[in-house]
Amino acid sequence: MASDMMTQDQARLEVLDSLKSVVPEADAESIDPNTPFRDQLDIDSVDYLNFILTLERRLGVRVPEEDYPQMASLNGAMRWLAGRAYRA
Amino acid sequence: MVAGENGSVEDPWRRARALMAGLPDGGLNISHEAADRHVAAGRGDVTALRWLGKDGSRRDISFAELAEQSGRFAGFLTSAGVEPGSVVAVLLGRVPELHVAALGALKAGAVVCPLFAAFGPEPIRERLLRGRARVLVTTPQAYRAKVAALRAELPDLDTVLLVGDGAADLEGALDFRAAIGACAPMPPVSTRPEDPALLHFTSGTTGRPKGALHVHEAAVMHAFTGRGVLGLRKGDVYWCTADPGWVTGTSYGIVAPLALGVTSVVDEGEFDPSRWCAILQDEAVTVWYTAPTAIRLLMRAGAEFARSWRYPALRHLASVGEPLTAEAVEWGRAAFGHPFHDTWWQTETGAIMVANAAGADPVPGSMGRPVEGIEAAVVRRDGDRIMPVRDGDLGELALRAGWPSMFRAYLDDDERYRACFVDGWYLSGDLARRDEQGHFWFVGRADDVIKSSGHLIGPFEVERVLMRHPAVAEAGVIGKPDAVAFEIVKAFVVLRPDCNADEAMRRDILAFARRQLGAAVAPKELAFADALPHTRSGKVLRRLLKANETGAPPGDLSTLEGRGQP
Repeated sequence: MASDMMTQDQARLEVLDSLKSVVPEADAESIDPNTPFRDQLDIDSVDYLNFILTLERRLGVRVPEEDYPQMASLNGAMRWLAGRAYRA
Repeated sequence: MVAGENGSVEDPWRRARALMAGLPDGGLNISHEAADRHVAAGRGDVTALRWLGKDGSRRDISFAELAEQSGRFAGFLTSAGVEPGSVVAVLLGRVPELHVAALGALKAGAVVCPLFAAFGPEPIRERLLRGRARVLVTTPQAYRAKVAALRAELPDLDTVLLVGDGAADLEGALDFRAAIGACAPMPPVSTRPEDPALLHFTSGTTGRPKGALHVHEAAVMHAFTGRGVLGLRKGDVYWCTADPGWVTGTSYGIVAPLALGVTSVVDEGEFDPSRWCAILQDEAVTVWYTAPTAIRLLMRAGAEFARSWRYPALRHLASVGEPLTAEAVEWGRAAFGHPFHDTWWQTETGAIMVANAAGADPVPGSMGRPVEGIEAAVVRRDGDRIMPVRDGDLGELALRAGWPSMFRAYLDDDERYRACFVDGWYLSGDLARRDEQGHFWFVGRADDVIKSSGHLIGPFEVERVLMRHPAVAEAGVIGKPDAVAFEIVKAFVVLRPDCNADEAMRRDILAFARRQLGAAVAPKELAFADALPHTRSGKVLRRLLKANETGAPPGDLSTLEGRGQP
């Protein structure tokens, strides 16, 4: 597996598109990066899980359950991805 | 019909009714049982609600405060001309104002209609319209996003009250706090046990959602099962995680614990494994009533994860929503030191009917036994008679009619109500078996209704919205088995000619459905199909879609298809 550090922009794109795949009505432009997705979008537990599973599938990473809370906002998810190696 | 295990003939409800304080003139009002009676008994200082805010804030609300605040809201409703029997809809998250609004409406003799905060505008419109709601209590955010644009379509809705900041800025609505602050508390209206109290909408296979109407006497059963099945007693710290927008959140999130004088934890936050384990530990929860979806999400995190916290106070774990597997029951032991006890009931039954009760080891994977006073059987319909099937055989779960929390009507739909009863028995629509020891085992729904994350979803309600998308020619919706949610809503869609079945289209249709229906009801999966299977009369054959999806043998299909649908 090719491992690369992602740029911030790439990570942002991957997180947002994983989110849009599950919550397609979300407007990526208006998402506040520091506010939890759940406080600004209509998503339930199953959506949140699907968002993480989509991200895992796309990037070939495994997010441990105890890290789930860190994935709750755009910046949180980007921070989690930063420095980790994943599929280019 | 053979009498059940508990088939003693003396009125089983006499002891249950003794749990109620009642009103001096013989009336019964849920709000009195839930709040005022405790004040009268000198227990007004006891904490009724321990509210945990999303942001880490916390607030204790005593029974006295609950009695006073609900009295003020009742005063407001009365001064606003809301007559007894009028419907007050509540669309709120898990905040204390929800309890105040629900109890206040009951205190004024009005009927409370709880709505799920995750509903989109379409399910809300449908329920407000069909319930002819006169009053709505919600938040400024929900009002702006989901209701304001519908006001013209809701002629009965004359008062909207908003909870939270920004309420004063919205036209056509009042600030809840300010409105009730200006009113003096009033005592409960002396409702009779048979007066309507709660209106819960539930989904059917065909047609619109059904409004199941419950009466004040339902509280008898809520308290009776709260004590007998969940084992609640004074001094408990009880946590019911169900959303107040559904029947569990009302029967066991509001009425049962309050009537029994127990302290309830009310958590505003969303499900999060760490948060939940920390609440169980830090609040010293003794009895926890939760749902399989949450349990399965916790199981993903693992027993070891759950054991990072300590639960010395915890005494009893119970679950409702979908059948709990034997593995999940036992997992409770590994993670929390106690097995989960599965319980079974429906919106229509108003309270727990079949259960693994507190105080005994559960039978893993089983729904348990009929609760005291309830006669349950597995039957087959035979015209206007029912026949019990032999132990071990598949049939429909039926309950002898007449328990206190039995629904008394489907709003404006007497025909559908009567169709639920045969020969003095209520037919649940759930397929089950009973073993020789008298334990019941859930098998599936007898109809196409989808059980997802503890809620029933009517496929028709979803299909109707999908069909409004300009690219959709036809839609069929099923429950697809799911490891976490039991079932998820899956839509099969036939596109109009010249429309492309691609990812952009998938997202566009899903977004459309989610905007209208909300996350709780909209499909989680969408597949394109060239054509859908139909019955001879032209209806989409959902059973076949589901059989194709799950690989169920056609034998199952033919058995189920032969059943008469009410």
